[in-house]
Amino acid sequence: MSAQAPAPPIRLRVWQRRRPVVGKAWRHPLAIVGLVLAGAWIVIAIFAPLIAPHDPLAQTASSFAHPGWHHLFGTDELGRDVLSRVLFGARLSIPLALLLVSLALLIGGTLGAVAGYFGGILDTVVMRASDLVFAFPAIILAMVVTAALGPSVRNAVLALVIVSWPSYARVVRGLVLSTGDSEYVASARLLGSSARRALLREVLPNVLGPVLVLATLDLGNAVLLLSGLSFLGLGAQPPTPEWGAGVAEGTQYFQYWWIGTFPGIAIFTVVLAFNFLGDSLRDALDPQSSWSHGGDAE
Amino acid sequence: MTLLRVEDLRVRLPTSSGPVTIVDGVDYQVEQGQVFGVAGESGSGKTISVLALMQLLPQGAQVDGRALYDGRDLLSLGPRALQQMRGRDIAMVFQDPLTSLHPMLSIGKQLTEHVRVHEDASRDVAKRRAIELLEEVRIPDPEQAFHSFPHQFSGGMRQRVAIAIALACRPKVLIADEPTTALDVTVQAGILRLLDRLRRENGLAVILITHDLGVMSSIADHVSIFYAGRIVESGPTRELLTKPRHPYTRALIDALPHPEAEEGSELVAIGGSPPTPRARPDGCAFHPRCAYARESCELSVPSLVPVSDSRLLACPIDPLGPR
Amino acid sequence: MLLGVGITFVAFCLTNIVPGDPAAANLGQRAIEDPAAVAAFRHHYGLDKPLPEQYGIYLWHIVHGDLGQSEQNHDAVTHDLGQFIPATAELALLSIFVAVVVGVGLGVIAAVRRNKLTDHVLRVVSLGGVSMPTFWIALVGLYVFFFRLNWLPGTGRLDPVVSPPPHLTGLFTVDALAAGQWSTFWNAFQHLVLPSLVLAASNIGLLTRYTRSAVLEVISNDYVRSARAKGMPGHTVILRHVLRAALPTVITVIGLAFANVMTGAVLVENIFSWPGIGQYAYRSATTLDLPAIMGVSLFVAVVYITVNFIVDVLYGVIDPRIRLA
Repeated sequence: MSAQAPAPPIRLRVWQRRRPVVGKAWRHPLAIVGLVLAGAWIVIAIFAPLIAPHDPLAQTASSFAHPGWHHLFGTDELGRDVLSRVLFGARLSIPLALLLVSLALLIGGTLGAVAGYFGGILDTVVMRASDLVFAFPAIILAMVVTAALGPSVRNAVLALVIVSWPSYARVVRGLVLSTGDSEYVASARLLGSSARRALLREVLPNVLGPVLVLATLDLGNAVLLLSGLSFLGLGAQPPTPEWGAGVAEGTQYFQYWWIGTFPGIAIFTVVLAFNFLGDSLRDALDPQSSWSHGGDAE
Repeated sequence: MTLLRVEDLRVRLPTSSGPVTIVDGVDYQVEQGQVFGVAGESGSGKTISVLALMQLLPQGAQVDGRALYDGRDLLSLGPRALQQMRGRDIAMVFQDPLTSLHPMLSIGKQLTEHVRVHEDASRDVAKRRAIELLEEVRIPDPEQAFHSFPHQFSGGMRQRVAIAIALACRPKVLIADEPTTALDVTVQAGILRLLDRLRRENGLAVILITHDLGVMSSIADHVSIFYAGRIVESGPTRELLTKPRHPYTRALIDALPHPEAEEGSELVAIGGSPPTPRARPDGCAFHPRCAYARESCELSVPSLVPVSDSRLLACPIDPLGPR
Repeated sequence: MLLGVGITFVAFCLTNIVPGDPAAANLGQRAIEDPAAVAAFRHHYGLDKPLPEQYGIYLWHIVHGDLGQSEQNHDAVTHDLGQFIPATAELALLSIFVAVVVGVGLGVIAAVRRNKLTDHVLRVVSLGGVSMPTFWIALVGLYVFFFRLNWLPGTGRLDPVVSPPPHLTGLFTVDALAAGQWSTFWNAFQHLVLPSLVLAASNIGLLTRYTRSAVLEVISNDYVRSARAKGMPGHTVILRHVLRAALPTVITVIGLAFANVMTGAVLVENIFSWPGIGQYAYRSATTLDLPAIMGVSLFVAVVYITVNFIVDVLYGVIDPRIRLA
């Protein structure tokens, strides 16, 4: 850059008042749709045994029954009710996605914070390790890990934790590095806040926002990857009702479209819900890339 | 000859809490070969008022009034006519030469692309023109500069390039928005001399926006003083700066450091701060900061009226006027 | 380079630490009860040597272009890779091409129409694109366009009756064109359409979103206003001035798209019976075929490194400030 300090160009945004971030996010239609969808699926996950019309494992009817009054989504090759299997699938995918993201957040966040705070060799090791994981397509690494450990839900989650911690490590490390010595923290200290208060009131919210966005978007990703592994036969094992496995079943008998279609729609809507939420949240936190607000610059 | 006549220009910009009036009824005219100065503090609407002429305001801006150029109203030009007008009739130089040039396109590309669009010129013709222009704005080694990129030049050189780009299609009017603010004082003088020469040699009319009255006195023929979206006083530069009649103009001049001033005399800062467009006071917008304000100043907005052959003033009290 | 070594190391550790026993996975029930057979198997594949030595031998072989022998079909891994890579390359390249054209185009449109209806619709569409499970769109696509409408062929790279074109690049469409076999080209192309579109879906979403925000970041820059002020037509401003400056971000995301395609390939090739690297990876992983897994890992690492290298080179081509630095 040149040594001259140019006067700042006009910024019309100066006159915009800042609104509380969360309030703004919830007012967005996408956020509302996301919230309703995600809420509905969580309710389904909790109350599946009460809502489901049939036992998801019971071979109650004839095989390959078309969707109809008795079986809204039809039945599969063993005569099991597809609707009930889809509803019960939520009990597996959603808690596992939450668990997976929490673990990745905990591990990645801790490693990232430690790396950013202490720097040096520790930093190098953590960052190189995350480079390595990044270089691998998530599903191939996860595939090898689950295949090696034996296909099961537990191992699928474990494998996905291994592939998903680095993004948290990077984000948290970057935020720790940048907020630690940023001007607003310094100014908060000058205004008399103690260091710990400064950390809690100024740094934490700024780390929390981006991490929250990442975690929300990652929930969708987790559902996708988990069901992908199950689709390949490396996650949930039969006869457990699982969405990815359901789609895989559909590929075996694909003239009976309902077997694979409905579990797929379930995955799609859950992932969409988390993506809508994460995206609205990101807008609210970062008005620069906002989809809904602004309109202040050509 | 009058090139450009602006009548009752009003601009409102959208904000998160509804539209805000930035420019509130501005009239002026610019003559051929004239340097028309526009002065005022930042936020007074001077930049917005000229961006409005070029229809360069952000989407959602509401612009009213007329800007007559060559018998046409610039504010109601359609997209095609607008694109043909920009750069060819009226060109613009922006404040910050570090950001106003495209960092990834060569100087040559940026100097020739609009010439080729406007005049349908061949690559060779456009290049020859570009080299001439670079010489005209005193860029050393124009041939090499043509193939260089902006980051290889200093701020002053980049501003010269920006001026060359603006002049490439031989416009009649050049709008220069704080062209020297981001530059060193020595570089500043060079740019001003350049503008002065171009005006004399080519009959170019220049609308010069600056908050620096020193710059104004050295080059402008005529000055309009903006305050809170309106012109409060205008007139020939020398007269206006030596015998200001509006209290605001007076305060601006008093705030300037004088090299000849007696030692120990203090600079007089203007009390208070300029109103934001969102919260402009009723009546004369300057009254809260004005030493001569009376009750009547809070009631009605003073209009800009002629007070002599060449001068206009928007202050009915006229405390500094000739007795 | 360091990354390459690192990846072989990780792949090596991974395949050795894990409890699965390759002998058990590959020898079958009868042989596993015969200790002599197991020992012979282990000796044959060098599994009885100390681990560091195994790793050293492995690296030595890699340097000499030998990735070992698959434990499944006893072919050289390099031979298998050579056979499967072109199929995946053909699929991946077409898919990325489609994703870039559509994604970047939609992203620019969304940015230009910011906050208008088009923009909002594109937002929902792009979020939908990244939310759809690849294996499910593949299934729906097959059901609709193959089973119901019969507009497109089902699985595989060619109809069973069509013989592959003479081998040149291994990309059937290219080879068929080179040999002037129009009907073979058409058949291969038809087989490519559905899997490559399915594979492109999530990358279209990704590219739309990132292109949009990159363009918005650029579009409010002073130099874009300068371009308008000098009378450049609107579409030239967008294509030459705005998109040019947004290109570094777009190219970074295209790099990411390659990683996505590798992930998607595993699933898509599975469904479409596409004889590519994704299926090979799946088969090797499920049978714990160590040399094959390492070979795939190495291939993926090479792709990753190459893509990153190309991205870096392109940065320099696009931005003169980087070129000179």
